[in-house]
Amino acid sequence: MFVLTPEEITAILLSLKVAAVAMAASLPFGIAVAWLLARRDFPGKALVDALVHMPLILPPVVTGYALLLLFGRRGLLGGWLGDQLGIVLAFRWTGAALACAVMGFPLLVRAIRLSIEAIDPRLEAAAGTLGAAPAFVFLTVTLPLMLPGILAGMVLSFARAFGEFGATITFVSNIPGETQTLPTAIYVFTQVPGGDAQALRLTLVAVAIAAAALIGSEILARRVGRQVRG
Amino acid sequence: MSLEIALRHRQGDFALDAAFSCAGGITALFGRSGAGKTTLVNLIAGLERPNGGGRIAIDGRVLVDTDAGLFVPPHRRRIGYVFQEGRLFPHLDVRRNLLYGRVFARDRRDAIAFDEVIGLLGIGDLLDRRTGGLSGGEKQRVAIGRALLARPQVLLMDEPLAALDAARKEEILPYLERLRAQLRLPVVYVSHALPEVLRLADQLVLLEEGRVRAAGPLADLAATPGLLPADGEGHEAGAVLMAEVVGHDGDYGLTLLRTPAGPVRVPHLDHAPGSRLRLRIRARDITLALGPPGDTSALNVLPGMIAAIGGAGRGPGDAMVDLRLDFGGAALLARVTRLSVDRLGLAPGVAVYAMVKAVAVAGRDFGGRPVSDPAGG
Repeated sequence: MFVLTPEEITAILLSLKVAAVAMAASLPFGIAVAWLLARRDFPGKALVDALVHMPLILPPVVTGYALLLLFGRRGLLGGWLGDQLGIVLAFRWTGAALACAVMGFPLLVRAIRLSIEAIDPRLEAAAGTLGAAPAFVFLTVTLPLMLPGILAGMVLSFARAFGEFGATITFVSNIPGETQTLPTAIYVFTQVPGGDAQALRLTLVAVAIAAAALIGSEILARRVGRQVRG
Repeated sequence: MSLEIALRHRQGDFALDAAFSCAGGITALFGRSGAGKTTLVNLIAGLERPNGGGRIAIDGRVLVDTDAGLFVPPHRRRIGYVFQEGRLFPHLDVRRNLLYGRVFARDRRDAIAFDEVIGLLGIGDLLDRRTGGLSGGEKQRVAIGRALLARPQVLLMDEPLAALDAARKEEILPYLERLRAQLRLPVVYVSHALPEVLRLADQLVLLEEGRVRAAGPLADLAATPGLLPADGEGHEAGAVLMAEVVGHDGDYGLTLLRTPAGPVRVPHLDHAPGSRLRLRIRARDITLALGPPGDTSALNVLPGMIAAIGGAGRGPGDAMVDLRLDFGGAALLARVTRLSVDRLGLAPGVAVYAMVKAVAVAGRDFGGRPVSDPAGG
């Protein structure tokens, strides 16, 4: 029973790709937004904070539909992206990655923001008196001390992306080989007669991947934590 | 190397208005908690901006001039800062902490040698340790080394010993004494502990509620009646005298010292001839006589002149008065009864003989300045 069909392997690999790309692409934005929210006061800060957290609260279908309105072929941004830059997200795996990134963003930002707020700004001031310019201070003091939070945020973002269903299926549908990720594939198998075995196989694969990711991140987190605590 | 400061800054109800300058050696910013000492050094380092105007310059290089809209950010000031809590980087080991500021000082020809700093501070064994496992005293030594290796033109130290217990303080003080002697680096040393100040400082800036009450050479201010507070930590009014060991009298177990106030003999000290020391002579350990005392057990009788009489203690019930004595440049403080002042007709200009009952060694000036310089700075 444990021979995966090519169709299933495609869904698994696509899921991993979508989750990894979603996490990696949203990371720089996540760090920037977390830093702004933790360290800077600016007009509209509460609005930015609320917007970032929106996907956490809204039903995923709503988020997916909003993405469709914005980034669909005739969407507000999607039309312009397609005409000017040739970037099409709707019904593409890149669209799935965007949906996953948006869904995981609040978790990413929260984890990183907490780690920034835990950093003593006086350490950064000390680095300044040693001759380090602000950008250098950020790279050599702030960023390394944020690392545990960044790692936690990456794990959460990846996990959220890996399991994302509602926003993805609403925004990019469920096209095998293009946008059919592991959760949507499982869903499809549960809907067709005789698909139970396939659904179970993919479920077990999902459990294995999730467990591996958790253990791996735990080991990494411990190592980084030891580095940072001094 | 000189540092000139004139700053006005307001923080809530607290107003700081301070102007002073310091040359080489250690300038102590002394005052009680809340006098504005930390705010002042933060302004000098550039961690805060003076909101009431001001000017800071090192050797004519202007760092802050609010009239000209000039504000050099901290990382371009070349002002080292040793914080009360060390502030070592927790993610770097001791060696990397020490070398952090060196990157920015690499092009400077006068860059201090790594080994020299390590040796001076005795931190060679700590280099590969993580900062979390260091004791408070070790942390502060590493923090001092880190600041020095960034090759600052001025070093600020904000109560570097305040967070340490007495034993750890004693562990660090000799290193600070050595720094003063071996590095020609002006140090602004913030403290509210007078013993520390008397031991280390060359010059003193007395800060009170955000204002400079007095500034000048330590030996001069210490001998000014009523100026330095008698604090609860065992400090009493008294002067500081720079001294040099001349020799030892083995038969009687005495050490002969040369001071600007005259020769002084004390019970044997374990210092080689030529060593420079700081003596502390409490005001109440001096007895005055108008003529040369004949047969007396006092070893040290110094001829001098009354320079000033303390203004305080004139009311009924105040029995004691502090007098400033002048010894051809060096000054001592003597505490006598008001009755004696009236009986002997003590007044500024009257020649007296000071019999010194006890002399304490307050610290050691490694290298340091020659003793013939009475003001010590």
